[in-house]
Amino acid sequence: MPKMLHHVTLILLPVVAAFAILPTVYSNHLLLFNFMIFIMLAQGVNVIYGFTGYLPFGYVGFFGAGAYGFSLMVIHLQASPLVALAAGAAAAVVLGLTLTPLFRLSGAYFSIANLAAALAVFQVVSNPNLESLTKGPYGISLSGVFDPTFAYGATLAILGATLGLVIYLRNSRFGMALQAIREDSISAGMAGINVVRERIIAWLLSALIAGLAGSVFAWYVSVFYPETVFSGEFTIFAIVFALFGGNGTVIGPILGVVILYGIYNAVGISTPQYFQLIYGALIMLLVLFLPNGLVSLLRQWGINVP
Amino acid sequence: MLVYSLLAGLLFGLYFSLIGLGLNLVFGVMRIVNLAHGDFLMLGAFLAFWLFTLISLNPIPAIFIVFVVFAIVGLPLYYLLVPRLLRAKDPEMLSFILFFGLSQVIEALATIAFGTSERSIPGGELGRAIVAVASLLTGHHVENGPVDIFGQTFPAAWVASGIASGIAVLLVYVYLYRTRLGYLTRAVMVHREEAIATGINVHRVSAIAFGIGLGLASVAGVFAPFMLGSITPAMGVEVTVTSFTVIVIGSLGKPLGTLLGGIIYGVSYMFMQSYYSSWANLLPYVLLVAILLVRPSGLLGRQVRRA
Repeated sequence: MPKMLHHVTLILLPVVAAFAILPTVYSNHLLLFNFMIFIMLAQGVNVIYGFTGYLPFGYVGFFGAGAYGFSLMVIHLQASPLVALAAGAAAAVVLGLTLTPLFRLSGAYFSIANLAAALAVFQVVSNPNLESLTKGPYGISLSGVFDPTFAYGATLAILGATLGLVIYLRNSRFGMALQAIREDSISAGMAGINVVRERIIAWLLSALIAGLAGSVFAWYVSVFYPETVFSGEFTIFAIVFALFGGNGTVIGPILGVVILYGIYNAVGISTPQYFQLIYGALIMLLVLFLPNGLVSLLRQWGINVP
Repeated sequence: MLVYSLLAGLLFGLYFSLIGLGLNLVFGVMRIVNLAHGDFLMLGAFLAFWLFTLISLNPIPAIFIVFVVFAIVGLPLYYLLVPRLLRAKDPEMLSFILFFGLSQVIEALATIAFGTSERSIPGGELGRAIVAVASLLTGHHVENGPVDIFGQTFPAAWVASGIASGIAVLLVYVYLYRTRLGYLTRAVMVHREEAIATGINVHRVSAIAFGIGLGLASVAGVFAPFMLGSITPAMGVEVTVTSFTVIVIGSLGKPLGTLLGGIIYGVSYMFMQSYYSSWANLLPYVLLVAILLVRPSGLLGRQVRRA
């Protein structure tokens, strides 16, 4: 337990405090907001990929489900933002539950099926035939609940909770059990771990994080198209950030987002092809030369990584 | 309508088999997922396009040039990426990310080189080639134009693409089952470690399979302007997902199952287009998830993997 407290004071509190203070000195709030969203998504990928070894290639499906759960609640039932937030989270968890049969698949099969599932949800949501329900491809506008300050605060709270969850996983029996399943699911089962249940809990927690992130995203930007919230870039960025920093740790994904997303924004987005090129090359180099992320370098230098 | 959908589905099915075949060969031999498959198809399409625009080479002879070029590109690419990848802890998963990176690099370079505008080759060009072949075979002149099969009229380009795809699938079958190298390739597919133990040069066999895989993808690209519509640098991802659907239906890691997968996919695609066109885009994804859940090993698969 003292170790967990240690992590909370050294990682969770400084990160949350930074994002609470920065808006007063830095005027581009949208950028800060995006940083928080990506830290959440990278940690969400970390929960399922880092701790259980299942690569969710359709992770954005939960993000989009959250965004649409939130929006439809506001549009059709005129719900208050916090109620809608719960609805968005519930939408993502329900989608996660529907996809639990995918765990019958292993390795690449799981990833491909997850990707296909996310694309299927996107096709349904953006289908013109469902315009009366989802506004189809024409996008969502939530001017009624637009309140960037409140939304930013809610995001900060969710970010804190996400980090708390990952710190818990890193230091608890449950997290150990997940890692044991990742290394060898049969041995883990023999050691008395309920493999199926624990894995599904991790999966639903991961979906919950993305669903909450999607909900606050919808709330904060308030105008968006289905392509925006189902964009594969969210999945890719989250995976690359987590991978770059180091999966299965608390600090890795945070480092990944701060460094890579920081560079991404510092250089500017004038010609997208060059970014795509640099990103693609970076991903390849990472996999070939640093498959365990930045934290593996730190570990080599004898630094204990939380 | 029914006969039309069925026949068009068969033609497209043969073509979809060709699309999936290279990907399945690579997965079967190396157990890695080539997420850049669709991008090699796109590059093949562009090579055929430039050959046609610059030296007005007909797409049919262009097939051979495209295949050789990409098979040769595949060999160094294999040695550059795969052996290093296979040493990692979880190659199958990491290959996913690695080849995604490659796909991004290819797409970006293609966008920088060719721009984002859509390009196409006139469908009549492919028709001219099969008219020449048909005239030669039957001994008298055949008119260029739509082709009649069982009273249904199809564009000549569809028929030519379908036939050429069928021939390509047949050649892969001959390679795998009638040549010594194909025999070794199948040995590596069945059991990699045992193949190493029996003294097979696994890297050489795999590199050749990788080259053939890329070659097949690029050959499928030659027909892309006729079967998939215009070509753009960004078309790769969608093609990759389609290829996955096709090979998963057939069965992952069994190249000949791809033929079955392609035809099932092609026929159901055409039926969706004819009867429920507004939901047709949903088909590949739903079919993919459904097949994976009901029969993860694919329709022809024997073994069921452990969960």
